[in-house]
Formats: sequence, structure tokens, C-alpha cells
Amino acid sequence: MEILFYIFGVVAIVAALSVVFQRTPVYSALSLIVVLAALAVIYLLLGAPFIAMVQVIVYAGAIMVLFVLVIMLLNAGHEGPSAHRAKFARWVGPPLLLAFLVEFGVIVWKQYGLTGAASAPALDASPAAIGRLLFKSYILPFEVTSILILVAVLGAVVLAKKQL
Amino acid sequence: MATFSDTEFFLIETVIKIALIMFILLTAIAYLTWLERKVIAHIQSRWGPYLVGPHGLLQPLADGLKFMFKEDIAPLEADPVVYWLAPFLAFLMAFLSIAVIPFGESFTLAGHVIQLQITDLNVGLLFVFAVTSLGVYSVALAGWSSNSKYPLLGGLRSSAQMISYEVSLSLGVIGVLMIAGTLSLREIVNQQAGLWAHAGLFSVLPRWNLFLQPLGFLIYFTAAIAETNRIPFDLPEGETELVAGFHTEYSSFKFAIFFMSEYANMVTVSAIATLLFFGGWLGPSFGPYWLRVILPVLWFCLKLFCFLFFYIWVRGTLPRFRYDQLMAFGWKFLLPLGLLNILVTSFVMAWLHS
Repeated sequence: MEILFYIFGVVAIVAALSVVFQRTPVYSALSLIVVLAALAVIYLLLGAPFIAMVQVIVYAGAIMVLFVLVIMLLNAGHEGPSAHRAKFARWVGPPLLLAFLVEFGVIVWKQYGLTGAASAPALDASPAAIGRLLFKSYILPFEVTSILILVAVLGAVVLAKKQL
Repeated sequence: MATFSDTEFFLIETVIKIALIMFILLTAIAYLTWLERKVIAHIQSRWGPYLVGPHGLLQPLADGLKFMFKEDIAPLEADPVVYWLAPFLAFLMAFLSIAVIPFGESFTLAGHVIQLQITDLNVGLLFVFAVTSLGVYSVALAGWSSNSKYPLLGGLRSSAQMISYEVSLSLGVIGVLMIAGTLSLREIVNQQAGLWAHAGLFSVLPRWNLFLQPLGFLIYFTAAIAETNRIPFDLPEGETELVAGFHTEYSSFKFAIFFMSEYANMVTVSAIATLLFFGGWLGPSFGPYWLRVILPVLWFCLKLFCFLFFYIWVRGTLPRFRYDQLMAFGWKFLLPLGLLNILVTSFVMAWLHS
């Protein structure tokens, strides 16, 4: 099991780097799909099969399909070497990245220190348990989110349709 | 005889099962193409393949050899990586979902219980849906990477169609899931065991979910035909408009891979329909031990065969939809119907439980 975790961890990291460094947008999008799939396998290894499947169905299977279709339709081609790398990104990017990494390191250090034993709390991650949580304890946030999405859908329709 | 530890036994068992199932499935798919040509031919008062072997039975073999030895032509401007990736993705996604499909009960061999299923995932059905939803990429990427007009249009059409009908596909099965209360395919089948008791005249009928969810089944199977891009929903390959849709620029073995994936997908959705609505491998089981192991597998295959035959029958009978009709049908008819089915099911269940 441990070896699988490392394999898919490495796959996820390599693919994530590939998302950033690929020059062709479609390759970037495909790399992102690989990241999502690798993360799904890691969820599976952590004993959360439902989350893993939902991750693949929603992110890899639905959202990324739209990304890929849009990229295909715009026919965004090969991006030239450092064609439009903004000066802003060059000066602000590295410090922000450094700040993020330091923050990340501090949190991990505080949480686990040198022991490195990240013991996950024993949670029931079965679909039934998640459903019970969603529809009993967290019913209000759930409904608010669904209304938020509904509003976004209506907004998209209004924007896309010239006249209703 | 050497003794194995449990892990070793599990590994060996799984590898053997995968190899066997792949072999059987590929052979079945090859003969499915033969069956399709034969049945369609007879529907149209023709003979169909007849020359290669008795009744053309060796035709799939000849076709396979032909595909292998044909020249592999790739468009000059095609994307080098994605153009190759797309057919393999199609193949992978088509065959991956077979892993969670149970096709029989279990039997004991040398003290080990062997399940007639590659792996029993407790979210098996979701796994199938996840893999199906990834299948869209092969179509979209094949259309895009060919760098040609017809494949691009065909790829876009298919992706739009597959995404639209995936919604109805999942809504169709939710009724069954609500009744079963589990996502494990083996569990769902086991719950359908036996006959309807206290049902008067109908007590001779098996306890299949079909009788509880007839609407759900119709929605599922309609959406499944669209999802597998078959007639009357085979718009992606509308020859009169798009040559051959997303795989226009694919030749020789890469085309064969797309072809095989389409048939593998048909087998998968038919298997899911069998498991969810028709009691899977359940059926009369009698006789000595080996017969009681074999018979359920036989029932499963028989039910599967009926679905596949139905697919072919539909192809020989119905004309193709127009694209706007297809989209309107999916979103304005099938989807509300699916929601209605869920609503009615949940009301009835709440009423029965109170």
C-alpha cells in the first residue's frame, strides 16, 4: 500500500509540474487530469473511496472536459518561448512562492514535527456516512451552496443568451 | 504442491482472472461484430458474412488480421502525442470498468473462496460511472488531435452528447440505489434474490428491480444507448454529415481499437443494466456443486446476450435522430423524467417507512 502511495504521489507531482511547464494548452489540461486522477488514487489509499470516485466524476470527468473542449474550440496553439511573460509576474511571483512554501513548511512542522507520523483520525468515509453528514449536520451550508450554483447557472444563461 | 500465502494467492488469482476475462471479453466482442452483421443482414433479407468459414464464423479473425496488416496512415498535421493517446485511452476506459462487474457467485478452490468478479469495490457503481465519464476524453481528443474538420466536429458532437446523456444515465439508476441502499454491485444483485412473496398472481415473478423501477430502467437504457453512441443516437458518426465522426482520420489498428472500445462499452452498460434491473446472475440453480457454480454465470451471460441482441435489433429498426432532436430529447424529456422518477420513488419509500 505504501509503495502505491509513493508511486502516485510522484505521478501527481510530476504531472502538476507538467501543467505549469507545458507550452501547449491541451497538454497542460491533460496533465491536470492526470494530477486529479492520481489524487483520486491517493484518496482511495487513505480509505475514502467515495471521495475518490466523486473526485474523478466531478473534476476529471466533468469540469476538465469543459476545459479541454474550450481549449480545443479556441484552438489555442503552441505558446512561444517566454512570449508574454509579464514583468509583474517576474518580480512578485518568486517572493509569493517563497512565502507559500515557508508557510506550508511551518504548518507541516507544527503539526507533525520530526516524527512524521501523520495519523489520520478514524473517520467513517462510507457514502452513507457522508450523506448523513451532508443532509443532517450540514444541511444549511449544502443548500446555500446549491442556491449559489443555481445563481451562477442563471447568470451564465443570461450572459450567453443575447435575448431571452 | 507448493503452498501459497494469502497475499500470493490473491495476486495469482487476480492476474489469472484478469487474463481470463480479457480473453473471453475480446473474443466475445469479436463475435459480437459477427453477430451484428449477421442479424442486421437477416433483418434486411441478406445473408451477411458467409464465405470465411461456416456461416462466416471466421470472419472476425479475418477482419482482425486485415486491421493488423493495413497500412497505418496518420495525418501529417496531427498532434503527435494525443493522436496516439486517444485510441489507447478509449481502450483503457472501455475495459477498466469490467473490473468491478460481478458475473457469478463465488466458489471454493483448495480452501480459498474465489469470487467471480475481479474486485468487489464497495463503490462499484460509482467506479463504473467515473470510468465512463473519463471515456469522453478519448472521443474529444481523437477529434481534436486529427487536425481535420470532420473529426473535430464529430468529436465535439460526441462529447456534448456523452456529457448530456451521462446525467440521465446516473439519474436513471438512482431509484435502484435508493431501494438497495448500497453502491456495491454484488450487494445490489443479492438483494434481488427470490420471488415476490404476497403478490398474488405476480408471485411467480423474480424479485428484480425492474418491477420496482420500470421507468428508471427505460431512462437508463435509453441514455446508455446514447452514451455508447449507437443508433438511433449515433450522431457522432453520422456518415452523411461527418464522414465517420471523431475517428475519420484513424486507420488500421488504431481504428480497430476504437471499434473494439465501442463494443466493450456496449457490454459494460448491458452488464450494469443486467445487474441493477434484471437480477444479475440470479436464476434457477440446481444440481451438483460445479453446476451450481456454472449456472449463475450462464444466466448472467444469457441476460447480457439479450441486451446485446436488443442493441443490434434497434440498429436494424430505427433511423437516426437529428442533432437538435437528440439534445432536446436528452435535456427536455429524459432529464425531467429521471428527476420525476426519483421524486416519486422517494415519496413512496418515505410513505412505506412511516
